[in-house]
Amino acid sequence: MSFTGSAHPSAKTISRAEKDSHLSDKEFSNIRTQVEGDIGLIFLNRPSALNALSSGLMSELVEAINWFEANGEIRCIVITGSEKVFSAGADIKEMSVWISAEALKQANLERFDLLKKISKPIIAAISGFALGGGLELAMACDIIVAAEGAKLGQPEINVGVFPGAGGTQRLTRAVGKYKAMEMILTGVPIGAREALAHGLVSRVVPNELYLAEAKKLAHEIAQKSPLAVSIAKESILKAHETTLTEGLAFERRNFYMMMSSEDKQEGMKAFLEKRKPNYRGR
Amino acid sequence: MRKESGVAWVTLNRPEVLNACDIPTLKKLSAALKEIEGDQSIRCVVITGSGRAFCAGADLSAIKERKATEKILLDEDLRVGFNPVASRIFNMDKPVIAMVNGVAAGAGMGLAFACDLRIVSEGARFIEAFAKVGLVPDSGATYTMPRLLGLTKTIELGFSGEGIDAKEAERLGVVTKVVAPDKLEVETRALAEKLANGPKGLGLTKRAIHRALSLDFDSALEYEAQTQVIAGASEDHEEGVRAFTEKRTPKFKGR
Repeated sequence: MSFTGSAHPSAKTISRAEKDSHLSDKEFSNIRTQVEGDIGLIFLNRPSALNALSSGLMSELVEAINWFEANGEIRCIVITGSEKVFSAGADIKEMSVWISAEALKQANLERFDLLKKISKPIIAAISGFALGGGLELAMACDIIVAAEGAKLGQPEINVGVFPGAGGTQRLTRAVGKYKAMEMILTGVPIGAREALAHGLVSRVVPNELYLAEAKKLAHEIAQKSPLAVSIAKESILKAHETTLTEGLAFERRNFYMMMSSEDKQEGMKAFLEKRKPNYRGR
Repeated sequence: MRKESGVAWVTLNRPEVLNACDIPTLKKLSAALKEIEGDQSIRCVVITGSGRAFCAGADLSAIKERKATEKILLDEDLRVGFNPVASRIFNMDKPVIAMVNGVAAGAGMGLAFACDLRIVSEGARFIEAFAKVGLVPDSGATYTMPRLLGLTKTIELGFSGEGIDAKEAERLGVVTKVVAPDKLEVETRALAEKLANGPKGLGLTKRAIHRALSLDFDSALEYEAQTQVIAGASEDHEEGVRAFTEKRTPKFKGR
């Protein structure tokens, strides 16, 4: 079944055959990808390195995310690790030989910011450890689902550095100055329930259910108007970048813009007609 | 520690000090429990003491010796000693039985109460002891005792440092069975093997019940639902239902 051309203007121009073959043909060595209906899954896959975020892994991750972003059928992305570990952070072996000039040139840390530009919501499903860069990766996502036994922390201070991939900014915005200072300056991780209490994760579930819960959430969101979802995401992310007045203006402008969308017509019509909406993403 | 038929028997082995525990002993105990946690072939744990006592608590003479060369920080001692042990017992997704062969005093009493079930020898006693040396109950006793014995009895013992014997423990409903000393191991083994052949759901049951102790009713309902879907996905659940409809005894595998 092909989606190219006129049939489905909302979908990007990648044929089904192309889609499936393209991503699964890809010889990813640090990640594993999977499509499950309307969601795309990315499994960090460096078990011997506890999913340390080497530049190799980060390149592949970005490539997979961009691919899911371009794929019209995928509405929501889930990033996860293994049961034992989400990611233990930066690849220390790699990083120990960085010097400033090289680091600036390679721009490794900037990769985390790319997640902001993705229009589709990204859910981090954490089990086991999410430490350092691992936690920073999760915090760069939009929703975090954590297994009860998960441990989240920023232990960079223990190896003579500090969080450089968003930790000082995103953790502080999530849990507030006082908890962020404690976590970053001591490097001691916290458990999932404590993280929930401090607003660092969206949801905590029994260990066995973390991935199922993340997928369930992803499928739920995938049912909503993709246009509304991406504009909502953009508006929420704006909140951390601007003043309240500016943010409200931004939100309002987006909202008025949505009034002319087909999805809004369809959504409200379906509501009034007491039926399920059929969104087209525009 | 020995492992037989899916049961891990963990025996405190310092009978000369009534199985009082010093930090090295507790670290070994914690490591043993950690190993048991990860061992899928072990489905039930029994903790007991060798000799005539279950556990006399913290090894005070070891602490006295250490005082000569180091500063004793009782909070740190707990954090590296009894606390991890009590926590592993309480939080492990496997039934833990205390085979109380003799006196369980102080932290020893705490550990006995942190276990899920207690098979108790007629001559055994649970002695609070902390009050007698001006300390407070630890090893989870402040959590487990009010729930097991009720607030009044807990405070009474907490103030007096006194104890209760096997008979009174039975009367208060905090022990599963009181048996003659020569029947203790046989009875415990029977229970342990029964539990070791139980379904995977047993560990989840323990988890859900413990979790509910800290939740309001509606949150407990939600946690039950989450735990139920995990239990429902087990092979043992299917086997259990099949056995029920076929009117036979189920054969559980622990998964």
